[in-house]
Amino acid sequence: MIKKLISRARGVIETPVASATGAPLPKVESSIVPPQSIGGRALMAVVAIMTFLASLTTGGVMLVRANAAEWQSEVLREVTIQIRPGTGRDLDAAVRQASDIARGFPGVAGVRPYSRQESARLLEPWLGSGLAVDDLPVPRVIVVKLASGERPDIAALRAALTEKVQGATLDDHRGWIDRMRAIADFVVLGGIIVLGLVIAATILSVNFATRGAMAANRPVIEVLHFIGARDRYIAGQFQRHFLWLGLKGGAIGGAAAILLFALITPIEAIIRGNAGADQFAALFGSLTMGWGGYAVVLLQIVLIAAVASETSRRTVNQTIASI
Amino acid sequence: MVRFENVGLRYGMGQEVLRDLTFRIEPKSFQFLTGPSGAGKTSLLKLLFLSLRPTRGLITLFNRDTSTLNGDGLAALRQRIGIVFQDFRLLDHMTTYENVSLPFRIMGREESSYRTEVVELLQWVGLGDRMWALPPVLSGGEKQRAAIARAVIAQPNLLLADEPTGNVDPSLGKRLLYLFLELNKAGTSVVIATHDIALMDQFDARRLVLHDGRLHLYD
Repeated sequence: MIKKLISRARGVIETPVASATGAPLPKVESSIVPPQSIGGRALMAVVAIMTFLASLTTGGVMLVRANAAEWQSEVLREVTIQIRPGTGRDLDAAVRQASDIARGFPGVAGVRPYSRQESARLLEPWLGSGLAVDDLPVPRVIVVKLASGERPDIAALRAALTEKVQGATLDDHRGWIDRMRAIADFVVLGGIIVLGLVIAATILSVNFATRGAMAANRPVIEVLHFIGARDRYIAGQFQRHFLWLGLKGGAIGGAAAILLFALITPIEAIIRGNAGADQFAALFGSLTMGWGGYAVVLLQIVLIAAVASETSRRTVNQTIASI
Repeated sequence: MVRFENVGLRYGMGQEVLRDLTFRIEPKSFQFLTGPSGAGKTSLLKLLFLSLRPTRGLITLFNRDTSTLNGDGLAALRQRIGIVFQDFRLLDHMTTYENVSLPFRIMGREESSYRTEVVELLQWVGLGDRMWALPPVLSGGEKQRAAIARAVIAQPNLLLADEPTGNVDPSLGKRLLYLFLELNKAGTSVVIATHDIALMDQFDARRLVLHDGRLHLYD
């Protein structure tokens, strides 16, 4: 149709057409939304940084939570019988008797009495090595492992030991566990609050960065609007563009956080043996995020990209309404 | 096709810049819109392509009352209107070819279905060798021709042009006007806003003259 119009117009006017023919056509259609802009790059950087921080916080919270739970269940599966020395008391016989009582109790998976030498080694940090245990009233310790999944009657075991073995006491670590659990719960709660704040800050900063990036696109929105593009079409173009920008930024930040967590294990192996590292390992165990952690990081990437995409849609609609 | 009844327009709380406009633009008609600078030509064009809403009066476009249009209805009407902006409004990140083919693209047409038409038109307006170029490297005249090509490519029912020949030499200006005339003969109503009296004198066409916010018709 255009060809017909042009040929008719050509018939009216003699001036030759001043143009080159046979020019190659563009092979790829450009994106409707300008692909590279300063605002877009800044948005990607903001998304990457905020995703990195949010992922680190998430990883930290999950790490503390998982290790605290594991560590508590380890300690909860163990009780200690202590037999204090006394005048005329045969400690070896008392240890044997207490071990037999514990072994015969339902829900007990194993009983391990500590020998005199092992008991002495437990005191080495305070009294030094080469200790003559026989000269000291060192109590004897029996470690009782409880079967997992069972709830043995600790009170009955305690009563039986007190009744039948002189000087025997049973420690189920309950008071210590309760205090440590309270600390762990407090740390996890604090972490969740920090995570909530980081996610809120992420959403706000991504929101503002997206609006900043969108401000430069107002002329594009206006032109599309004036030549008859539907609002949904315009919003869709920007949503896709900003979703992709958000995913790219989020993937960079999330990958950096995952890499950092992955690097902790080899670094931990290098510094192992150092007193501080050992204490740290004893408290927090293995510093790996696990599949749950990776899933949460991925979820954050998608969430942050969705925030950028949704903000761009709202901004398009607001821009169209203001035209 | 277009009907204005007692239309008035004011910006904010200021005086009315357009007053009591009552006129029709018939199908297949050709008219110049003229008047001194600041008379309100661009404001009237904005009312015609629904970029502004009147502060009073009734505007009917393609038998639709424009005050009742929703977003989709507005977009559907705009697809029937071609507009040449005074400041061109080309998208700087797109090539000339892509800018001109934008109306087809937003309609969802396949690139292969309109390629020939776009190339033919670009060659006709003298931009055959500038298809790859981005607007920032085009001259003012080239930008104007690209803007005109974008406005006419989908053969709209109504073509509105704001000073479409202001940046081109007289011979090219005449050629572009012949394109508008041919488009008009094919069924498009054309409104050209200009204050180039020499250009208007070359064509026997209706004149809409704006003065002091009022419209005077010379058929």
